[in-house]
Amino acid sequence: MKKSDDAPAVMTVEHLNMYYGSFMALKDVSMVIRKNRITALIGPSGCGKSTFIRSLNRMHEIVPGARVEGRVTLDGEDIYAPEVDPVRVRRRVGMVFQKPNPFPTMSIYDNVIAGLKLGRKRKKSELDEIVERTLRQAALWDEVKNKLSESGTSLSGGQQQRLCIARTLALEPEVILMDEPASALDPVSTQKIEDAMLELKEQYTVVIVTHNMQQAARVSDYTGFFFIEDMGQPGQLWEFGETEKIFSNPDRKETEDYVTGRFG
Amino acid sequence: MNRRPLAEATTRYRRRKLVDRVMTALAYLCTAAAVIPLTWIVIYVIYRGLGAWDAEFFTALPQLYGDGGGVRNGIVGTLLIVGMATLMGVPVGIMAGIYLAEYGSNRLGGVVRFMADTLTGVPSIVVGLFAFGVVVVSMGGFNAFAGAFALAIMMVPVITRTTEEILRLVPNSIREASLALGIPRWKTILRVVVPTALSGIVTGVLLAVARVAGETAPLILTILGTNFPISLNPFEGPSTTLSLQIYQLAGQPSPQVVEVAWGAALLLVLMVLGLSVAARVIFRGNAHTRF
Repeated sequence: MKKSDDAPAVMTVEHLNMYYGSFMALKDVSMVIRKNRITALIGPSGCGKSTFIRSLNRMHEIVPGARVEGRVTLDGEDIYAPEVDPVRVRRRVGMVFQKPNPFPTMSIYDNVIAGLKLGRKRKKSELDEIVERTLRQAALWDEVKNKLSESGTSLSGGQQQRLCIARTLALEPEVILMDEPASALDPVSTQKIEDAMLELKEQYTVVIVTHNMQQAARVSDYTGFFFIEDMGQPGQLWEFGETEKIFSNPDRKETEDYVTGRFG
Repeated sequence: MNRRPLAEATTRYRRRKLVDRVMTALAYLCTAAAVIPLTWIVIYVIYRGLGAWDAEFFTALPQLYGDGGGVRNGIVGTLLIVGMATLMGVPVGIMAGIYLAEYGSNRLGGVVRFMADTLTGVPSIVVGLFAFGVVVVSMGGFNAFAGAFALAIMMVPVITRTTEEILRLVPNSIREASLALGIPRWKTILRVVVPTALSGIVTGVLLAVARVAGETAPLILTILGTNFPISLNPFEGPSTTLSLQIYQLAGQPSPQVVEVAWGAALLLVLMVLGLSVAARVIFRGNAHTRF
């Protein structure tokens, strides 16, 4: 890891509070997400990591009564400004979920281009190229290139998840959010996804929530540790820094206790 | 600690076994009690009605005395009126079902759901009377459209509720995946959620159609019935259906006419059964919609 990382910030979070109705779920979270880096979010269950990552592409708004205070910027623009359409935010900040969710009525090919069916009509040759490129980036091309017309759900769990990654990549987002992408998968699939992530960071920026600390240590450049002081309290970003430091020499006691396994 | 040998046959154990056998027997008896009436009806209708089926039965108009006569106009009428009712009721029902499932967790949704459930329970003769007052009176006469209108009213709540139920079965992860791709909500519903649930929705529609295909009471007050050829223009004059003809012919003194009524009954039963079976087959057949 370089001494000082000059990668620019692609997203910033400034004093974010998140509420579900009157319940405060996150308190005063601030961080910088750097371009072409992998940022991991770790912490015990229920501390708001998944809630937080959903605020980065406004997916928490699906739940009625959810709202945020504070600023989240993408390339300098506030994504929560009143005139901003969440649909456009989500096209630039993509998301992969914990449980693979390919569209069951569509083939593998159609799944990959599902997000593209919005904008201008593209030629078949262009779509073919996108399908191949994204499936290669997701490390799935070789396994499915001969069965692109089969249903998306005919694949194994690990393959489905890589299909979901390809589907997100087809929109060429700037940031890819991953909410525990490998926690439902076997170790071999997990390895493939981690390898894919490391390749992806050349072109994209990745933020990943993970329960697996070793995974965070393996793949990420920066790590944020979320913590909750007590039941019913809001989750907070307890510490944030370069991964190497967080895991070897963290500033705060709770961080050290968590990464050394004293509590989980 | 209880160290009794496992194989010891105590009284308690023997009594438990007996109760088990008795309850199993009762369960079988109850199943039989449920299945026998249906089988009996089908067999009896076949027995009484099959004899009436000949070429004339399907091509001629009814005769009120003597041998001969058929139910041609009833067949045409059933297809015409049920078809029209389906065309009117299905879009309304499906859209209401989509609203309830995707947007309806609010107060308005609760009201709509309650009204749909209540409407399912309104007696069919009352629906017929309503159609009579609204359509027949204002149009100045009985016609097929009024009948289709009444049947459509009966179909809508059934389709609404089954559509809602089946859409609720679509896992939320599918909706999330679509929204996270930046696909707007309405497009998510139309292009992702509904196609996933499509076979279930079709099943609901077929079952609603099967239900109204046999309705008679609302038709008495709206299409009146006739033994003359019916117009294919639904706004022109009285019409008839198989169900209405069964009612009107079965009361005639001549036994040959009654036999024609049985033939119509058989035809109607087979149509309804066919729709129900088709509904089940369609629902089972689409592997990719089983989540």
